Amino acid sequence: MSLLRLESVTKHYRSDNQDIVALDNVSLAVEAGEFISVVGRSGCGKSTLLNLSGAMDFPTSGAVHINGVTTTGLADTQLTEIRRRQVGFVFQFFQLLPTLSAIENVELPLLLCGQTSNRRQALEKLRWVEMGELADRFPHQLSGGQMQRVAIARALVHSPKLLLADEPIGNLDSTSADIVIKLLRRTADEWGTAVVMATHSLEAAGITDRIVQLRDGRIEEIRPA
Amino acid sequence: MTAASVLFVRLIVRPLGREPVRTALTIFAVALGVAVVVAIHLAGSAATGSFRSSLETLTGDADYEISAVGGLDEKLLAGLQALPHPLQFFPRIEGYAWLAPDGVSVPVFGFDLIGDRSLDGISKTEGFDLDQLTADDSVWAGSALVLETGWQLRLTMNDQTREFTVHGILDVSAENGASRSNIVVMDIAAAQRAFGKEGRLDRIEVFVPRHDDRDWESIITAALPEGVTLSRQGSRSDENRKMLSAFRWNVRVLSYISLIVGAFLIYNTIAISVVRRRNEIGVMRALGAGRNAVTMAFLGEAGFLGAVGTAIGIVLGWLMADGAVDMMAATVRSLYVSSTPGEILFTPGSLLVAVASGVGVSLLAALAPSREAASVAPSEAMARGRHETTARLRIGRYLAYASLLAAGSWGAALLDPVGGMPLFGYLSAVLIIAATALATPAMVNALTRLLSPLLRAIFGAQGILAPRSLSASPARTSVLVAALSTAVAMLVSVSIMVGSYRDTVIAWLDERLRADFYVRTAGQREARQYPTMDPAVADRIEALPQVEAVDRFRAYEIRYEGRPSIIGSGQSEVLIRHGRLGFLDGSSSKEVLTALGSDDRVIITETFSNRHGLGAGDTLRLPLGGRMVDLEIVGVYYDYSNEGGAVIVDRKTILKYLPDPAPSNLAIYLAEGVDSESARPAIEKAAGSHSVTVADHRTLRTRALEVFDRTFAITYALEVIAIVVAILGMAGALVALVIDRRGEIGVLRFLGASQGQVRGLVLFESGLIGLFSNAIGLLLGSLLSLVLIFVVNKQSFGWTIQFHWPAAMLLGALSFIYAAALIAGIYPARVAARLNPIEVVHEE
Repeated sequence: MSLLRLESVTKHYRSDNQDIVALDNVSLAVEAGEFISVVGRSGCGKSTLLNLSGAMDFPTSGAVHINGVTTTGLADTQLTEIRRRQVGFVFQFFQLLPTLSAIENVELPLLLCGQTSNRRQALEKLRWVEMGELADRFPHQLSGGQMQRVAIARALVHSPKLLLADEPIGNLDSTSADIVIKLLRRTADEWGTAVVMATHSLEAAGITDRIVQLRDGRIEEIRPA
Repeated sequence: MTAASVLFVRLIVRPLGREPVRTALTIFAVALGVAVVVAIHLAGSAATGSFRSSLETLTGDADYEISAVGGLDEKLLAGLQALPHPLQFFPRIEGYAWLAPDGVSVPVFGFDLIGDRSLDGISKTEGFDLDQLTADDSVWAGSALVLETGWQLRLTMNDQTREFTVHGILDVSAENGASRSNIVVMDIAAAQRAFGKEGRLDRIEVFVPRHDDRDWESIITAALPEGVTLSRQGSRSDENRKMLSAFRWNVRVLSYISLIVGAFLIYNTIAISVVRRRNEIGVMRALGAGRNAVTMAFLGEAGFLGAVGTAIGIVLGWLMADGAVDMMAATVRSLYVSSTPGEILFTPGSLLVAVASGVGVSLLAALAPSREAASVAPSEAMARGRHETTARLRIGRYLAYASLLAAGSWGAALLDPVGGMPLFGYLSAVLIIAATALATPAMVNALTRLLSPLLRAIFGAQGILAPRSLSASPARTSVLVAALSTAVAMLVSVSIMVGSYRDTVIAWLDERLRADFYVRTAGQREARQYPTMDPAVADRIEALPQVEAVDRFRAYEIRYEGRPSIIGSGQSEVLIRHGRLGFLDGSSSKEVLTALGSDDRVIITETFSNRHGLGAGDTLRLPLGGRMVDLEIVGVYYDYSNEGGAVIVDRKTILKYLPDPAPSNLAIYLAEGVDSESARPAIEKAAGSHSVTVADHRTLRTRALEVFDRTFAITYALEVIAIVVAILGMAGALVALVIDRRGEIGVLRFLGASQGQVRGLVLFESGLIGLFSNAIGLLLGSLLSLVLIFVVNKQSFGWTIQFHWPAAMLLGALSFIYAAALIAGIYPARVAARLNPIEVVHEE
């Protein structure tokens, strides 16, 4: 059974009284331990695909299955539960909470799950991304690359089955981008996590297992990297 | 439209419209603040500003009045009328009657209805029948009593209740307005008989000839016997005004609290606006806007909010003024002078007060953040983190300022009053509020650090996020906490002051009310009314076998150094055996009361002592019974019955000068072993047909406390409004906080936070703001209560209040505020929970 399965997924938005088709009849399956990249121009539907895959939104038609659970029709609490247990997110602009230190940011998903004694677990993940030394620093004391590593640790701290990364290197220099991509690769390889990365960078997409090419909301091509 | 106004609408007004709820909350908070100030301003003028004693409503345009303690001998009038000068003298009898069916106290005037020139205005009364003038049962009524000619009226005067016939309604067109009040007029001879003042007059009005510049004051004074006073007409109104000024000032100052709280909120709104638009400011500056333009834009925003709030506040204030007049007038009638409040008039002065308090305070509050906005360089405006660092760095500097202000507050508290007003006391209060506001960021930081581990351990994610979020934006959070804590502090300080005062009064009542029963004339008695009863009533009660002793108390109104007060007489031999008084210097009650039993000795109240700088050993010179009498002060005692203070002599002393044996009140002490309830019927029977009421000490105590609680009702009303203003402002500020942090909230949803958790987070933050505000407010309120009790109250009213913690009341009030703070978080919490995480994260 695929960890993530999208079946004929279509997503429409209304914006300024206009109907916008963000995704059009997209079907895709991602297996555990697989690292795939979604590429395409801005506005082609990459972020929408990731949001639907992460139980952040419902498709207008079709179905999304995450680890065997269909998201359509679920209540907010059930969707939240899926995100808490199964999904991790990494964003282009890191989205670390500025008021929390690195380790506190990493702890956050565990705290939101109701776990209280979790510092060790958070530190472990920070060390895994080689940020253990800077655990007590606040985001404004870190570089972009360091922030994204902390964000990856935060996304992985609750050992999700699925990691969704939306342009994770879009705001980084090439050295930092290289480190981040390698971390994502290791995530899939070492933890068996299914990783879906939206990116503009064909070079980054090159080290994934498969590349999904999106165009105007449709899958134009799926090819091995 | 000018370019500036186009820019103002586009850059300032339009963004306000995009957040209608927050804008509305801020405007309403300002409106409420303005409304309270306007209401108290209007009510103060209506209830006390025009205050003339009811007895002065018919003074007409006389130039002088002649009076004496205990009244004048009517023979004096004939002597004055015989003077070889073109002077006119008109006699007056004044008193109060209890209008039985309505249960209201009405002023009664005895006039020379035929010859009195000052009656010009009312002599044209409808149905004014001269044939009826001298009949004992004839009265004319003011139109406010809503009576009709021919109606029967049941009036209790002193201890007699009788039927009277209304022979006319006073002309409503009378210029002096007296006819519109609730007065009763009767012939002077009939009034003398009704009040038991045969052969005596209360006042003589004097008219001097126009265009004759002789020194009439000296001429008339020379013709008066010693102990009789000539005063300019209106001097009683001036005395009343003087007496009421402390009360008015204190209520007025209380009404400014909501405004201070509102000022914090305007500051907060503009500060938020500045922080949010730093990028915009940068862009505008880069496009050529000067510093002044930036300052003016933000001042314009504050002015706009202030102007709209003021407009609404004026209407609200007008509506609230009626209730405020009722509350203030009730206090004035109970404690100061029997009177009827005037009309509520909105004058250009009222408009000025409203605009100054609404727009003026808004602009002042916005000055600092507006200037800060202008001081930001275009490039700097783009860097967000730097601003908070600056704010953080300033905490130390603010603490230094706070220390200076606190020292100033301490110093001001030690200074003497100015013209009888505790101006430095108010300054001390303002300085300590300002000091606390400046110290708030440091206190919020300290409290956050202190509580964080505990909150995290108990509440998990919310316990870590909420305090961090608050301490991360100290400028914003601190202003919010400062606003609410100021309102809390005011409530706390006034609660402590009133609670302490109440406890002091209760202890005093318990010490003073030692008699088993108290007898006084029937009907409700207002301030400065001393109706008397037949002395035979006291004699009959004293002769009862159940009664051990009766203390006959008689009071007269006096004026000392231009301020109204009373001289009272009691039977010191009874007081020595049964009563007790607390003396300031700790002297034994028995010893001082024994000394009081001797001729021409007095004891004075603490307020009288403070007001006139007199103490034990000093001599008090008073006009009594047609001569000036030197009275030796043998003690100063605690008393909370009369702000003007009192002078007490032994009954033998007063009878020597004013030989009227009729008492105003009786204190009855039962013989040992006599059950009070079984003695009551005998006492009531002994009163016979006299209209008196017999009350036990518990009833009297309850009544006194009812008056007390009514007096402070307005205080609490003002406090609650200040809290409402703070809570409204807090809700608005929290909405702003949520909108600012929407990206962060969106991320939390991505990371697994449920809608409930997001809602809980905002509620947690509002709860923390409530908690911090309560803690800081409690601290500030306790300090303020010291200023109120030992400086403002002492200098305004002159009495000592023992400090007490009204623990239950404070607990209740703080719980209410905490609950209100949580309620204020409900709407922002809903806004936060409904944010679309995808949209807000994408925006970021």
